[in-house]
Amino acid sequence: MAEQRVDEKTGTRTVGHEWDGIEELDTPMPRWWLYTFYATIIFALGYVVAYPAWPLVHDATRGVLGWSSRGEYAREVAAEGVRRSAVREELARIPIERLPENSKLFEAAVAGGASAFKVHCVQCHGSGAAGSKGYPNLNDDDWLWGGDLKMLVATITNGIRQPGNDATHVSMMPAFGRDQLLKSDEIEDVASYVRIVSGQEKPSASAQRGAALFATNCAVCHGANAKGSRELGAPNLTDKIWLYGGDRESLVQTITNSRGGVMPAWGTRLDPVTIKMLAAYVHSLGGGEAIVPQPSPSPTEAAPAPSANGKP
Amino acid sequence: MASPEDLIAPKPPQLFEARRKIFPKAVRGSYRNLKWAIMAVTLAIYYITPWLRWDRGPYAPDQAVLVDIANRRFFMFAIEIWPHEFYYVAGLLIMAAIGLFLVTSSVGRAWCGYACPQTVWTDLFLHVERLIDGDRNAQIRLQKAPLGPSKIAKRVTKHAIWLAIALLTGGAWVFYFADAPTLARYIVIGQGPTVAYATIALLTATTYVLGGLMREQFCIYACPWPRIQGAMLDEKSLLVTYKYWRGEPRTHGLKRAAPAARQPETDKGAAPMPGVPSLVALAANPELAPKIGDCIDCNACVAVCPTGIDIREGAQIGCITCGLCIDACDEVMDRLDRPRRLIGYSTIADEQAAGEGRAPEHPMKRLFRPRAIAYFLIWASIGLAMLFALGTRSRLDLSVSQNRNPVYVRLSDGSIRNTFTLKVRNMQSRPREVEVSIEGLPGGALWSEGGAREGAANSLRLSVPADKVTKLRLFVAAPSDGPPRSDLTFRVRALDAEGGEDTHQIHFERPETGR
Ligand code: SF4
Ligand code: SF4
Repeated sequence: MAEQRVDEKTGTRTVGHEWDGIEELDTPMPRWWLYTFYATIIFALGYVVAYPAWPLVHDATRGVLGWSSRGEYAREVAAEGVRRSAVREELARIPIERLPENSKLFEAAVAGGASAFKVHCVQCHGSGAAGSKGYPNLNDDDWLWGGDLKMLVATITNGIRQPGNDATHVSMMPAFGRDQLLKSDEIEDVASYVRIVSGQEKPSASAQRGAALFATNCAVCHGANAKGSRELGAPNLTDKIWLYGGDRESLVQTITNSRGGVMPAWGTRLDPVTIKMLAAYVHSLGGGEAIVPQPSPSPTEAAPAPSANGKP
Repeated sequence: MASPEDLIAPKPPQLFEARRKIFPKAVRGSYRNLKWAIMAVTLAIYYITPWLRWDRGPYAPDQAVLVDIANRRFFMFAIEIWPHEFYYVAGLLIMAAIGLFLVTSSVGRAWCGYACPQTVWTDLFLHVERLIDGDRNAQIRLQKAPLGPSKIAKRVTKHAIWLAIALLTGGAWVFYFADAPTLARYIVIGQGPTVAYATIALLTATTYVLGGLMREQFCIYACPWPRIQGAMLDEKSLLVTYKYWRGEPRTHGLKRAAPAARQPETDKGAAPMPGVPSLVALAANPELAPKIGDCIDCNACVAVCPTGIDIREGAQIGCITCGLCIDACDEVMDRLDRPRRLIGYSTIADEQAAGEGRAPEHPMKRLFRPRAIAYFLIWASIGLAMLFALGTRSRLDLSVSQNRNPVYVRLSDGSIRNTFTLKVRNMQSRPREVEVSIEGLPGGALWSEGGAREGAANSLRLSVPADKVTKLRLFVAAPSDGPPRSDLTFRVRALDAEGGEDTHQIHFERPETGR
């Protein structure tokens, strides 16, 4: 360190730094600066006493005000619950078919449904509800069981192929190969036919044979025109959407071993309001259908309506 | 100044220094008048602006200058700035900064001396102080006087007026953020928003503390600007300078009178001191006279300085170039019948030239040097660019983002659907009918959320509320046989007489394999 001396002109000590002939003076700070510094120390002491500040081995000091970030969080969550309860009550009251009329409520339901979806549904349907092989894409306009709000609520509540639930969607495709209902060349023929009705292949002798086989074995569920049946959850085989793949290999697999996805009956785990919100969200993804008044009760409508007067 | 003992045995350094209170003396003169004028103009702008009205129709506020935080709008006369146009404000700030560079490089710290709020309000507070306590000498006497009823009364009055000014200052600020007359009424009847009271309280406190109590301390210790300015000044920047070559050596008035009264007869009997010419010799040869400077060391320049410095010590950070010492010294020079501007605005280069007997540079040459011209060109081009942008901007704005999860959806008829979120901004203060359409997508059709694909066409109409952003989700479907990524243009077009439109280019995505 360079020698310390007093600057002649100002009478101030130098700090001893010299740099290119420029020396640094040890100019005193103004006193109010010092007082401000003391004030910050006093503030800090007060803070340490008032708030949790000092880490201990398993814990920390509590602070005399009893404030904690965890407590603050709990308060905020509770306040948010109170804030939302009005919307939830309104949602509980409104029948699902009336929901679209109230666009604000519908919006709130979609937002709530989006977050519920992120918790309960993404595991199978993916975070954007785009699904994957065997797990339906909920964005498209193809529905195995129906895509109107009422049906969505019913499907989410009762699930698909849930044992012990009377209202669940049931139906099972026979395993034509495994159960030796069809021989393997016959299965190939049926696959050829299916590929023709879905516009993927040119007519062939095999497909002609397949047509006859289809009429006797498959039309029961998929319909004579192969357009499927929502009552049975039988997919439309003429459209361009394939849950398990529409290529020959996948089709042979499907016909041989059958397919049948399952979905939990969320009515046992989620409250009716959350289910309504989920239905609204799924409906809003772009494939939602309008509710068509049905003259005759379908099997699913026999299920207790969970929406109107939901259990807690 | 250090005493000799200090130099031999320095006292232990003091870490903190008590404030040296200064009592600037009142002064009259041209720079003082300039300061009065600028103070009047700046204060008037500050206090009056929020009360100016500007008719914007039934859907928008009619305050000329309004920062509407709740609705995120900034109104300035005919200009309305939306949050996404914040670059105009950024541009203004950049212009302000470059303008400050320009001013500083040309005329030095003019901002500090005349226009800085700290300067203006401190000046105001100083005048109040003089009104109550009297001028410098009276103030010093009062400071030393024991606390008695009259001193208490004066102190209380002074601080009360200061606080009142501070309150008005803090109060004026909030009117920029809400409808001034309405807010004023609410504030007075005690029903104003808490944030207004809090802001007023805060600004009252800062104005009182900064303008009344801290004054020059703020400039010297807290303000970063003098430090930055130091780097921007050079030997050709205008400074307040004391002309050494003219003022030194300083001579008191009496001493000064002596040579004038010099008569050979009065020299009787005076033994000549070694090295000092006798008056007889002086009379014979005036060249031998010791040089006598114009400065009579009357300290008038120090007494009027609002930052309490002695300009004769040279350029220093404490000098805000307010020019008051110029006025003070001019008065002294007038009385002495000497030319004015012993202290004056000048540049270091000119001072050096003058000291060496050369003529100073022409002021115009100093003003229009490359640096100043460069600053000016940058400043002006930003201004012109902003004016151009303002003049050509559309009051209908469209932005589109693509929903990426999933990027595309295959529909049952095989076509591909993309989902977009559109934001249509109607920046007019009236509701408008607009048409949203897509271009460049063969076979494409759009429909909105809640609408049905059956009714899809390649355009749809909607009405957007006044001065609002309308957000809508649009589905666009197109045949699957196309490139994985094709260009798609959204266009929004106003359907009223005024018209106006905006477009947004985006991609339409399809799976890699057409399947
Ligand atoms: S006012 Fe002028 S004459 Fe008086 S001390 Fe200052 S510079 Fe010297
Ligand atoms: S030295 Fe002169 S110009 Fe500088 S601050 Fe003081 S009075 Fe103003």
